[in-house]
Amino acid sequence: MKAKALDNYIIYNEETQTYEMDREQAVRDDVEKHRVMHMLKTILKDWRLYLMLIPMILVFLFWRYFPMYELLGCFKLTEVGVDVADQHYIGLANFYQLMFGNATLSLEFWRAFRNTFLLSFYGLCFGFPMPIILALFFNEIKSNLMRSIYQVMTYLPKFMSTVIMTTLVIMLVKEDDIVSSMGILSRFLSWIGIIPKEAAEAGLLNDPKYFRAIYQISGIWETAGYDSIVFFAAIIAVSPTSYEAAQIDGAGKMAQMRYVVLPSILSTIVIMLITRIGHLLSIGYEKVILLYDVETYETADVVSTFAARYGIEGSMQGVASAAEMLNNVVGMVLVIGANTIARKASDVSLY
Amino acid sequence: MKRKLEVSELIFKVISYIFLTIFSICCLYPFVYALSASISGRHAVEYNEIILFPKDLQFEAFQSMFNNNVFWSSYTNTLFLTLYGTIWALGVAILGGYALSKKRLLFRKGFNFFLVFTMWFSAGLVPQYLNYLATRDIFHGVGITDDKWLIVIAMGMAAMNIILLRNAFEGVPSEIEEAARVDGATEMQVLFKVYIPMCKSTIATVTLFFAISRWNGYYWANLMVSTDAERPLQVFIRRKLEELTNSENLATWNENYAANSAIYALIVCSVIPILIIYPFIQKYFAKGVNVGGVKE
Repeated sequence: MKAKALDNYIIYNEETQTYEMDREQAVRDDVEKHRVMHMLKTILKDWRLYLMLIPMILVFLFWRYFPMYELLGCFKLTEVGVDVADQHYIGLANFYQLMFGNATLSLEFWRAFRNTFLLSFYGLCFGFPMPIILALFFNEIKSNLMRSIYQVMTYLPKFMSTVIMTTLVIMLVKEDDIVSSMGILSRFLSWIGIIPKEAAEAGLLNDPKYFRAIYQISGIWETAGYDSIVFFAAIIAVSPTSYEAAQIDGAGKMAQMRYVVLPSILSTIVIMLITRIGHLLSIGYEKVILLYDVETYETADVVSTFAARYGIEGSMQGVASAAEMLNNVVGMVLVIGANTIARKASDVSLY
Repeated sequence: MKRKLEVSELIFKVISYIFLTIFSICCLYPFVYALSASISGRHAVEYNEIILFPKDLQFEAFQSMFNNNVFWSSYTNTLFLTLYGTIWALGVAILGGYALSKKRLLFRKGFNFFLVFTMWFSAGLVPQYLNYLATRDIFHGVGITDDKWLIVIAMGMAAMNIILLRNAFEGVPSEIEEAARVDGATEMQVLFKVYIPMCKSTIATVTLFFAISRWNGYYWANLMVSTDAERPLQVFIRRKLEELTNSENLATWNENYAANSAIYALIVCSVIPILIIYPFIQKYFAKGVNVGGVKE
């Protein structure tokens, strides 16, 4: 049915040969005229929908956006117990002190920044390939029962809380103390000669040399199995006929990996890699706080723990928020950059 | 007809089995060791005689823990936080995700940005801490003196989960909603009778994410809860670990079991409930990881 417009609102309907009022156009013009009124009316008509949004908005406003207001403290001379609005602006002095202060504080900040980056970076180098390897191996297990057993066992550590996980790690590599001998893992490692006996007796977590390794290995132990799910899902999506075709062409296992499996999971790998790079600076603070100690600050202290130490346990809130502000702004640039690249690379946006 | 495996394929298969077996055992071993050590005799634990199986059985480590009132109160606190925290977070997330999934919502882009921005930028620990202190004062001011409610309401909301729900709701065909509307369903009825049943598996996944983050939460609970009676399990475990590895306390240790056994017993007790529900929730857990498929 085509209608021909004669006047603004009067249209001629050819089918019924009558003149009709074009209500839609009338409404459209009405909207132009009374945009605000109309907006209010739409909101009123769907008021239930907007009511549903309110709890979410309140929660995020109160506990995600109001803290950002407290961030003003990084430009101020902070005092404990004084509201941030009443404190005095000192410009960028906190940032200056952190970045170029050349005192212990500044040295500690740069150490924390380096550690944050390095812990994530090593995680990327060693932790990232592990789930892919696991997924490739899962794919080789053709018996469903066996594969389920392997999967259940490897996903399990992911379900444990950070406290349980770190408690186990601490107990496994504990030092030789007055009532009990060293942890079973350090005993094993010193027995096969990977680490010297003295280091094992002194407790591996008391030695800055071993912190990064412990952090990465426990990270792999905790997440590799669970993270392999997404890669495994991509691998089993490959049609069996692709393998058969490759086999008929005489492809060995390596050739099948190269020409059948790898292309099918490449996009997943790229996406996950970009996400990981985007989160290089947002490292989980809980695990570090639970594992580190005064002796291991050298390699273990990250920006969040640095800030918690100075701002929450100590009283230098301005400097501590400035440190986190720096870290999080750079982190945000990384996340947005990674997201943009991911969108370009695969029209999948991460958020 | 079964094709004979080529040599390279066979080698790869053998390597897979060997590698996965070793890796799985490594994943499982710490838990088995914890269980064995928690029920072994004092001498065996202190002199590292346990490799896999328990030695000189004793159950006093468990007994003394079960007699500890703080253990039970921390357990109930964790159950409280997990139950109410999950209900609250899920309620907020379902309502918000549903509203955001509607194309007719005004300022939809703005609300989405409001949500997503919190995933890009977080204010950090110190501002969050100051903010929690301020809200705790407000809560105390209106008569809510139990800090558990602060944890339930203020913490554990995740923008990612709301986005997961929003995407699931967007996937429901709009014809179904229109049909329900023609039948005279209200907004709430549409949500509860149409959308929620159709997105059951996503909701289960999100519920699981919320519940796990609640069960595992440590840092803020440790900072914000001031009395022993209100502390959740994770905080209790950590404090017990610090207490039982402190050499001053160890010097006067004169129980029939090793101090380490007490720690392992605690670990076993907090792991067991998870192990019991693990088989039932595992499939939902596996579903929630398709992060790559999230669209704006």
